Amino acid sequence: MIFMGRKQALIEKALGEGALPAAGSSLYKDAMARLWRNKAAVVSLAVLSLLIIAAIAGPWFIPFNHEDPDWSAFRAPPSLESGHWFGTDQNGRDLLARTLFGTRVSLLVALIATVVSVVIGVSYGAIAGYMGGRIDQAMMRFVDVMYALPYILFVILLMVIFGRNVFLLFAAIGALEWLTMARIVRGQTLSIKQREFIEAARASGQSNTGIIFKHIVPNLVGPVVIYATLTIPEIVVVESFLSYLGFGIQEPLTSLGTLIAGGADVLEVLPWLLWFPAAFLVLLLLSLLFIGDGLRDAFDPRDR
Amino acid sequence: MINYAFRRLLSTVPVLWVAITACFFILRLAPGGPFDGERPLPEAIRQNLNAYYNLDKPLIEQYLIYVSNLFRGDLGPSFINQDFSVAEQLLIGLPYTLMVGGIAFVLSIVIGILAGIAGSVYRNRFPDYLLGVFILSGLVLPNFLVAPILQLVFGLQLKWLPVGGWGGGSLTHFVLPVTVLALPHVARISRLTRGAMIEALHSNYIRTARSKGLSDARIVLRHALKPALTPVVSYLGPAASYLLTGSLVVETIFGLPGIGRYFINAALNRDYGMVLGTVIFYMLLILVLNLLVDIVYAWLDPRVRNR
Repeated sequence: MIFMGRKQALIEKALGEGALPAAGSSLYKDAMARLWRNKAAVVSLAVLSLLIIAAIAGPWFIPFNHEDPDWSAFRAPPSLESGHWFGTDQNGRDLLARTLFGTRVSLLVALIATVVSVVIGVSYGAIAGYMGGRIDQAMMRFVDVMYALPYILFVILLMVIFGRNVFLLFAAIGALEWLTMARIVRGQTLSIKQREFIEAARASGQSNTGIIFKHIVPNLVGPVVIYATLTIPEIVVVESFLSYLGFGIQEPLTSLGTLIAGGADVLEVLPWLLWFPAAFLVLLLLSLLFIGDGLRDAFDPRDR
Repeated sequence: MINYAFRRLLSTVPVLWVAITACFFILRLAPGGPFDGERPLPEAIRQNLNAYYNLDKPLIEQYLIYVSNLFRGDLGPSFINQDFSVAEQLLIGLPYTLMVGGIAFVLSIVIGILAGIAGSVYRNRFPDYLLGVFILSGLVLPNFLVAPILQLVFGLQLKWLPVGGWGGGSLTHFVLPVTVLALPHVARISRLTRGAMIEALHSNYIRTARSKGLSDARIVLRHALKPALTPVVSYLGPAASYLLTGSLVVETIFGLPGIGRYFINAALNRDYGMVLGTVIFYMLLILVLNLLVDIVYAWLDPRVRNR
């Protein structure tokens, strides 16, 4: 809800500003009504809000933190009496605290990477679409080629360089994740630039940069928001994947991927160390997926 | 057609060059070197090593040496496993990676397309719902989560399949790695096929075929499937590169001696030659696969050829 509220406001603003003349506000209302009728999306919104609230506020309400051991409870199975609802790990650290902390890190990382990918993807796609002709062809050819590269290899190399600077690193992941965004934005730009208000802006002497960033980009908010919601789970998975391989988040920080990697090693004897972080990850991915799909269906009902 | 293929082949050369160059300099900028151990090496030995691997020359010169060797097909020596050249190590790992990856690739295409057809034919009935659940789990369950769970269930509890290792290439050792690798792609391909098939089955020419009295099987397999396959074919290029990514995890988890493990170890140990060699090899593989996909695509859709 925290994220969604702002995004919806942005969509409303963009649509209100004449993205779709005449029917502007009613189309938005239509879309929201469709979204509310989509039960999977509504439930997912609730689940995601709960997860986010728990990840942000949860750690303050738990008597344990994610790094200090409880000397009286090592490898304790989950139980309500001991206060370790999710059990503890081999070092006596409370798994609930660690899972919430890990969710927080995973979400934060995904958010940073998504913002970076949105900034690059939108600028790149809008410029390519607006300039058209040879520039467009060359720019999109480059995107096609990048698609074919095993970018995860480059991420692993960047990992090696940035080492422990997690946030810089995930900015780097974002810098490699913008390709689909660029394609979508370019497609939208191609249709927007035919519209009268762009011609009017050009006639009134706006520079190309001004037209792209003041007139085209604000009209792209709808599709960009929708696709960004679908990018977040992808990046959560990439982060977990890298952490699993040992390249990502490292102690004393933790993330869902790191926790799952640790849990997988001891699955036979301490199964809860895998199940709880895995459940959080799957819930997070499921709800983001349903929200993204729901938003897309709501704004673009053709596909259904 | 040949002309088209040739043009596409030429366009991959600058890509390779840029990627190799980027990779080369990124690696050298990274702190640490291949000879940093727990115990520092004696100065004389370090100097000899640096001289042997050309590390004492200016970076630009090292780069030129590397590229000129590359043109002669020489990937250079491995910095860590000093008894083997990079090419030798790649050849050792290659069969494992190709076998597991290739089987997973083919299986995900075949099963994915069949499942997608079934979903579109039985749309909104029981098989379709089953497929929906399967697709969803393929999309949200990452391979590093599926793998340990399958290992626990089938390897440790039921004892039907080995938990890992190569086992001399016996069939049972393949089952789990291939399943884990193929699962997300079966899901994606069947989703693409299902969507495209539903669209195709609603088009006018299918109605014409129906009214001509053609059998259902013929309509689905001959008339609807070919246009429905284009999105699937265009997914295969990216799929190949996702498969490679997946093989990093699968090879690590199941302890397979493929190239993915070499890459991870080499990146961790700053084995410059080995990292570059693996990246070049992976890129060649993916570029070739993409080229094949493009050619198939051009064959399916003649409009693409003349673009």
